[in-house]
Amino acid sequence: MTMPGCMGGWRWGVAHTLMAIFLVVMALSFLSVIRLELVVNGLLIGLIMAVGAIGLSLVYGILKFANIAQGDFMTLGAYMCLFLLGTLFPRMNIQGTGLGPFTFGYPMLLALPLVMVVLATLAIGLDIGVYRRLRGRGVSTVVLAMTSLGVAIALRGAVQVLWGGETEQYPRLSRQFYQAPMDVRIPPDGIFIGLVTVTLVVALYLFLSRTRMGKAMRATSDNEELARVSGINTERVIWWTWAIGAALAATAGILLAVFQAQLLPIMGWRVLIPLFAAVILGGIGNPFGALVGALIIGVTSEVSTEWLSPSYKPAVAFLLMIATLLVRPTGIFGVKS
Amino acid sequence: MSLLAVQGIVAGYGQTEILHGVSIVVEPGEIVAIIGPNGSGKSTLMKSAVGLLRPTGGSVNFRGEDITGVAPENIVRKGLCYVPQSSNVFPSLSIHENLEMGAFVRTDDYRPRITEIYDLFPDLASRRKERASRLSGGQRQMVALARALMLNPVLLLLDEPSAGLAPMMVASVFEKIKGISSTGVAVLMVEQNAREALRLSARGYVLAAGHNRLEGPGRSLLSDPEVARLYLGG
Amino acid sequence: MDISGIISYTTGVVIMAGIYAVFSLGLNIHWGYTGLFNIGIAGFFALGAYTSAILTTSAPDPDLFEDFKFGGDLPALLSFLDPGIDLWFFVALLAAGVVCGVVALGIGFITLRLRDDYLAIATLGIAESVRLVFLNEKWLANGSKGLYRIPKFMGDVVSAENYEFLYLVAVLLVLAVVYLAVQQVIKSPWGRVLKAIREDETTAAASGKNVFSFKLQSFVLGAFIMGIGGALYAHSVRFVAPISFDPLLATFIIWAMLMVGGSGNNKGAVLGAFVVWGIWTGTQFLPGFLSDPNFRLFMIGFLIVAVILLRPGGILGEERRVSRAAQEREGAAPSEL
Ligand SMILES: Nc1ncnc2c1ncn2[C@@H]1O[C@H](COP(=O)(O)OP(=O)(O)OP(=O)(O)O)[C@@H](O)[C@H]1O
Ligand SMILES: [Mg+2]
Repeated sequence: MTMPGCMGGWRWGVAHTLMAIFLVVMALSFLSVIRLELVVNGLLIGLIMAVGAIGLSLVYGILKFANIAQGDFMTLGAYMCLFLLGTLFPRMNIQGTGLGPFTFGYPMLLALPLVMVVLATLAIGLDIGVYRRLRGRGVSTVVLAMTSLGVAIALRGAVQVLWGGETEQYPRLSRQFYQAPMDVRIPPDGIFIGLVTVTLVVALYLFLSRTRMGKAMRATSDNEELARVSGINTERVIWWTWAIGAALAATAGILLAVFQAQLLPIMGWRVLIPLFAAVILGGIGNPFGALVGALIIGVTSEVSTEWLSPSYKPAVAFLLMIATLLVRPTGIFGVKS
Repeated sequence: MSLLAVQGIVAGYGQTEILHGVSIVVEPGEIVAIIGPNGSGKSTLMKSAVGLLRPTGGSVNFRGEDITGVAPENIVRKGLCYVPQSSNVFPSLSIHENLEMGAFVRTDDYRPRITEIYDLFPDLASRRKERASRLSGGQRQMVALARALMLNPVLLLLDEPSAGLAPMMVASVFEKIKGISSTGVAVLMVEQNAREALRLSARGYVLAAGHNRLEGPGRSLLSDPEVARLYLGG
Repeated sequence: MDISGIISYTTGVVIMAGIYAVFSLGLNIHWGYTGLFNIGIAGFFALGAYTSAILTTSAPDPDLFEDFKFGGDLPALLSFLDPGIDLWFFVALLAAGVVCGVVALGIGFITLRLRDDYLAIATLGIAESVRLVFLNEKWLANGSKGLYRIPKFMGDVVSAENYEFLYLVAVLLVLAVVYLAVQQVIKSPWGRVLKAIREDETTAAASGKNVFSFKLQSFVLGAFIMGIGGALYAHSVRFVAPISFDPLLATFIIWAMLMVGGSGNNKGAVLGAFVVWGIWTGTQFLPGFLSDPNFRLFMIGFLIVAVILLRPGGILGEERRVSRAAQEREGAAPSEL
């Protein structure tokens, strides 16, 4: 059973699609059909979703199951960062807000990589304790997905036990939005979001296309049995996949908390639909497809608020996903099977 | 001492037993063919030999070492490489990356080997950056062979290397196998194309319903009336 | 608490457990017998409850500044038929089931041909969309204020303080009918095909069974039962609002019930509902963190994972299976890959 990972040859597809979307959006906003500010906002949210969705898509491609816990990994990452920024670091006299143009301080630059590592380790631990045992038993992928639902619930429960159910915030300094042409206001933190996302996407691209382990991951995603008889230790590949997936989830959670200027235990569960919509739109197992998918979902749901109540945003993402399943179930960049 | 000795192997999927005690032997450097009707367990036998399936009985011995139940990623290091029946390339990887994956366990510099392989398969050299999914069936089969050769195997297991290929390509695949064998590599292959395979092989085995049915030198199997009736189309 | 207080409390707990048992039976059809991964039970829960509530509440009272426009007032409408029992109640239950069945038909039609886990994501989307629709479309069901004073079943027959006992009998009767019906269906040739599909989809398809159609029928049937459960809930609590259907109490806990009781076993499904709901309500009297709702949320997730890992058959284990192959399978549920 092979599932094309579709990670190669994505360059043209992705680039063309992005160009096309960009042109359409620009045309529409110049014609004043939509407000450009919504588009910019949608792109920022899309970038955040993309980080989480890329991780989800990698895990989906290699472990072949829908990791329902990805959203709650995001939540946990965001809260761990809160613990560092709000509790641990201040005790060590590491504190501050308002780094450069941003709302947060330099401790964020320490906390982000730290949380990524912790969550990556946790994900590997979960694999050893839970998923690997089930794989060894040869259970079907739906049972693995079911298990990840249990993990998701337990993670959220743990977050609520440790931090309570109330809304929280990172230590922050309020900032003026940048005023750009065409009535576009950009939050300064948006620049940070863009920088982090671009860095991670480029790093992931280099990892997947240049390194031995990266190529082994793509190979395993293509065909696990063939990978094994080629000498690839697929269990090791799976660990890397979990680590990257969870580190990306942590980043996405932190960026989301920064962007929304608040943390809530349910934040990760709520983004599960846009996350999966992005993955399906881009083609399962195709991380760069997930990036494009997330941008499309982000912009569409944001622009929809021009006509719909903003609270309908997840429903818009859901409708896009259903439309994809109807028209092209393999996603935009998926190979027809 | 035989290169590969599979003894009384019992294996299957889940609770369904497919092989009920099959034995085969491959001597160093020889070509051995396995033929048999669809579903007789030929592929299952190969998967059990390379560790993709854990046998429930019997043993697999390679170069005097018991490798029963050893993980495939460890078996390939010992010089036993395998080309599966279908989906035997990584479709989203380039040809070059497919070869690199073949050399995954090598920690030394494998670039000289890649050059050798490209010399052996000149068609691949000119398209090394192309994704394997874009190749024709014959070219894919070449990539699959090339991938399995990256580790300089002592024994090559080929599951129906000529399946689904155009007659021209079938001939060139067999040509390649002959070439590989002439460099001293032993080959164990499963083939539907029984006549060609037996002609090429020193010895052959006939498998039926998960049991050894017949065995003998390739030429004598070719002239065996039962083999002729069942597998050579009369 | 005095004796009558305890009795009344216990009655409430048993009513709720009975309602949950109906859901658990519906989920058992999905997961236990067909391997369909529905993580949007809350959607069917809400849809069933709202359908029944909207159909049966009387027209909005202008003095109360209510936003909803339509109260079906089924009791008044059907009052001319007077068979001595509140017929409208059963009409409402069926209507709730039918609405859920129709929605399931749509969503199943789109996703059940595709990968197994698409259904999960789609049901999640449905649950969220249903919630958003009832939240935003105030004309439909009063928005976040919800519908209240939903009519009582046989409310005129007993005094207010004894109503609970009567409703308890009603719930247990409906539960018994649903249980017997599901048992019959599962024992029928149709049910045997379901099991065959679950055990080996390829073989079932090869023997000429239309796998897609059977899965779709099963999905619709399970959703129909969930709709009935939702309606039972509406007339028990007599208040429905978007907040009533949060994933914890309307999806996760039902999963825990089925897994604990034993998926693929109707007795287990019912038993699990009573056991888990008993523990859930019982633990709130425990001292310290044990009664912390957050900790209990964690435990629900933990329980699901632990059952899958340690005792995939739950308390009762799966009932006699069709083939020997399946008996040996250790998977928690579906064995198709
Ligand atoms: N992954 C699997 N799971 C369950 N049963 C399998 C699996 N693979 C093969 N089988 C069954 O095992 C039996 C033997 O299959 P096998 O592939 O070994 O036969 P074969 O001799 O290679 O046939 P062919 O000539 O068609 O390649 C068949 O009945 C097949 O249906
Ligand atoms: Mg075969």
